[in-house]
Amino acid sequence: MAARSVIPFGPQHPVLPEPIHLDLVMEDERVVDVIPSIGFIHRGLEKLVEKKDFQEMVYVAERICGICSLGHGLGYCDAVEHIMDIEIPDRAKFLRVIWSEMSRIHSHLLWLGLLADGFGFESLHMQSWRLREQVLDMFEESTGGRVIFSVMKIGGQRRDVPTDMLKGFLERFDRMEEELKTLSRTFLDDAAVISRLKGVGVLTADQAEALGCAGPFLRASGVARDIRTSGYAAYGDVHVEPVISMVGDSYARCEVRIREIFQSFAILREAIGRIPAGPVETPVKGFPDGEYMTRIEQPRGEALYYVKANGKKFIERMRVRTPTFANLPGLVETLKGCDLADVPILILTIDPCISCTER
Amino acid sequence: MNMKIRGVEAGAILEEAQKMKYEGYRLMQICATRAEVDETPFYEILYTFGMGLLMEQLKVSIPQTEKIASITSAYPCAFLYENEMHDLFGVEVLMMNLDYRGNLYRTAVKTPFKN
Repeated sequence: MAARSVIPFGPQHPVLPEPIHLDLVMEDERVVDVIPSIGFIHRGLEKLVEKKDFQEMVYVAERICGICSLGHGLGYCDAVEHIMDIEIPDRAKFLRVIWSEMSRIHSHLLWLGLLADGFGFESLHMQSWRLREQVLDMFEESTGGRVIFSVMKIGGQRRDVPTDMLKGFLERFDRMEEELKTLSRTFLDDAAVISRLKGVGVLTADQAEALGCAGPFLRASGVARDIRTSGYAAYGDVHVEPVISMVGDSYARCEVRIREIFQSFAILREAIGRIPAGPVETPVKGFPDGEYMTRIEQPRGEALYYVKANGKKFIERMRVRTPTFANLPGLVETLKGCDLADVPILILTIDPCISCTER
Repeated sequence: MNMKIRGVEAGAILEEAQKMKYEGYRLMQICATRAEVDETPFYEILYTFGMGLLMEQLKVSIPQTEKIASITSAYPCAFLYENEMHDLFGVEVLMMNLDYRGNLYRTAVKTPFKN
């Protein structure tokens, strides 16, 4: 047996926009064990329930992360709405779907850019982010914000989007889809890209399920679970089918995310075509009393939102289980047996969001 | 509308977790909540399991001074959740497969959610 040594990876590293630390136990160039370490920037946002009332907590939830902001607001509102038996208007449900899918497109394009940057393909990185800018422009036009949107509220949405604007978005989605087709050919067919991704970091379906993985990371291992199929918001009115791959390697994770962007375009067309007219919010009376656990499909995977309230202005507990937190044990498993040079790419393939994890 | 939660004795949590595992459930999350009755604080620990889109929840209530068994022998990925509730709430969890001994979260205040 070769002598073992430990290489510290992170918390500061070029592929990590946010801090996470891994102790890599090495035998020569091969990783044999990994001990993850988080908690460098834990903010304790969940404790703010003591100082912010249940309505203000929507703003706190939206600020857990800049990429997944919309989903966090949606998940928290959905949990409180279930406790208070609030049925939001149909138009609000469709707006939630439309903005969620736009979030998925911008998150996956962000990830594609980071992946390209990770293996040193700078022009591919810039092209991915150039395409992403177009979604951010549409977010700015429809919500007023590019990062934190603040459109969610308990009982519906804070603002409506004119139907003409939504129809205009459709033409832009068509153009984006054409550009994505060109971009995806490089990601999926380029020999240099394939050499860095194919056969690297394989996770089987059984391992992914046993380790509690979520999102594209799980689906790339062949587990067909996508929480959108449960029909929350207006997902029950549009066609959603989990995008899966049976291979389970880094290439499969890339492929699943690219196919999910195309799927999001299809869902957006369906949702914009079916969105009904009407109000976007319903009045909220009283305070929540009870507890509920809701779950939604964030771009990075299944996210859980637990709210416990006691009929007062301030809720007792808000807990957010983010997809990155669930994917850490899976990441550890994929790293075992890999080469040191593949570690940065493998970390990227779970699309880690430390801001969410350190809520 | 509230969700269905099954109450479980603290001493039976590992056995219940093993049953869930045997039935094919995956662990979705574990979270602690500080609660209070007659000014006596205690913890509610919520275990969420899933199978497909099904969700099952078990709740354990324990005094702040009581220890609870780890379920990492049934669900190895539970170590993150158990270390988290130890570091944030001060819940003492016995026999974790990977015990960070209070170093998972580097918080300025020890067990900030305890009080």
